[in-house]
Amino acid sequence: MRKLVTPLTLLTAALFAYVPVSIAGAPNEATMGLVQKIFYFHVPAWMAMGAAIAVCGAASTIHIFKNRPAADRTAAAAAELAVLFGVIGLVTGPLWGRKAWGHWWNWGDARLTMALLLELVFVSYLVVRAYGGPGSDKLAAAVGLFGTALTPFVYVSVNLWRTVHPVTTVVPELMGGSMPGAGLPFTVSSAAFLLLCGLLLIVRIHLASRQATLDELYLAEDDGV
Amino acid sequence: MFLRTALLVLRKDVAIEWQSLEILATTVFFAIGSVVVFAFALVKEGQAAPDAAPAILWVALLFAGTLALGRTFERERYGETLRALLLVPAPRAALYVGKLLGIVALLGGAEVILVPLIALLFNAPLLGRLLLFVPLLVAGTIGFAAVGTLFAAMLMRARTRDVLLPILLYPITIPVIIAGVRGTSALLESPADEPTAIMWLAIVACFDVVFITLALWTFEPLMME
Repeated sequence: MRKLVTPLTLLTAALFAYVPVSIAGAPNEATMGLVQKIFYFHVPAWMAMGAAIAVCGAASTIHIFKNRPAADRTAAAAAELAVLFGVIGLVTGPLWGRKAWGHWWNWGDARLTMALLLELVFVSYLVVRAYGGPGSDKLAAAVGLFGTALTPFVYVSVNLWRTVHPVTTVVPELMGGSMPGAGLPFTVSSAAFLLLCGLLLIVRIHLASRQATLDELYLAEDDGV
Repeated sequence: MFLRTALLVLRKDVAIEWQSLEILATTVFFAIGSVVVFAFALVKEGQAAPDAAPAILWVALLFAGTLALGRTFERERYGETLRALLLVPAPRAALYVGKLLGIVALLGGAEVILVPLIALLFNAPLLGRLLLFVPLLVAGTIGFAAVGTLFAAMLMRARTRDVLLPILLYPITIPVIIAGVRGTSALLESPADEPTAIMWLAIVACFDVVFITLALWTFEPLMME
C-alpha cells in the first residue's frame, strides 16, 4: 500500500491542477451563472463521503466479528474522512444555496439533509472513539456499522419527508447531461476527489499503524524494565 | 432456551420495576414535563402550531426513552448484575431480547399515559384513529428501543455514558422519528390520510426488522469483553 502513495499523490495533484482549467472551460449555466460551478466540488465531495462511509461500514463489520486492529484503524480513518468530506459538502452546499435560492439552508433539499444526518452519525463515531473510554473501539465499530446500514433508510425517509417542498431541479438537470460542457470537469473533479480520498485513507491508516507499533514498543519496554 | 432466557430476563426486570415503579413513574413525569415545556414554546395566542401534537409526542418519547434506557442499565451496573447475566449459559442475544422487551414494556406503559394526555391538550383526535396509530407507535417504540438497548448495554462501562447515549442514539433513530411524526400527522388530518400513514408504518417496520437483526447479530461479539 505504501508504494502507492507517491504515484497517487502525483496523479491526484495533477488532476486537481487540471480541475480549475476544465471548470473554466465549461459553459456558464443559464440561470445561475458562475455560482453553479461550485457543483464541480460539491457533488464530488459527496461522492468521496459516500465512499468513505462504505469503507467505514465494511471495516467496522470486520472489526466486530474478527477483532482485527487493522480493520479498526481502517474504520477510524474512513470515519475521519467521511466527516471531512461531509464538512466540505455541507459548507459548499449552503454557499451555493445562498446564491442560487437566496437562503442558506433548505430542508427541502433531500441531499443536504441526508448528508447532515450521515455526518452526525460519523461525528458521533469520532466522539465515541475520543471519549468512550476503554473498549470504545468496538462500540465505535457498532456505530459505524449501524450508521452505514442506516443509509437506505435516511434516503427513503428524507425523500418522502420533504415531498411538500419544491424539488430542486438544477442538479438533476446537470447530472442528466442536459448541459453538454459539464461532463469533462465533473468527471475530472470526481476522479480527483475519489483519488484524494483513497490517498488520505492510505496515509492515515499508515500513520495509525505506526502509532500502534510505537505503543506496543513502549509497552514491551515497560514490561522489560 | 433462547425464548425462555429472554422471558426470564423480562420477568426479572418487570418484577424489580413492579416493586417501586421508580423508572416508570419518573419517566412519565419527565415526559409530562417535556410536553408542558413544548406546549409553552409552541402555543401562540392560545393556538398550538398545526402539527404540534405529533411532534411533541415523538420528541417527548425520544427524550424520556433515552433517560429510561440509561436508568435501566444503570440499575444493572449498580447492582453489579451484569457479570451474572453474562455468565448465563444461553446465547447472549437472548439477554438482548429480554432487555429489549423490558424497555418496550416500560415505554409502552409511559405511552399509555402520554398519548391520551397529548390528545387532550392539543385537541388531537388520536384516540379515534387507534387502528393505525397503535401499530405505528409500537413499531416506532420498538425501533428506538432496538438501537437504544444495544448502545446502552455497550455504554455501561464507559465513563461518559449518560451523554454519549443521546449523541449516538439520536442520529440513528431520526428516520424512526421522521416516520412517526409524519405518520401520526397523516392520521390526524381530517379525513385521516391512511395510505400515507401505512407507508410510514411500513418504513418503520422495515427499520425494526433490519436493526433488530443487526443488533442480534452483533450483540454477542460486542459484549465479549
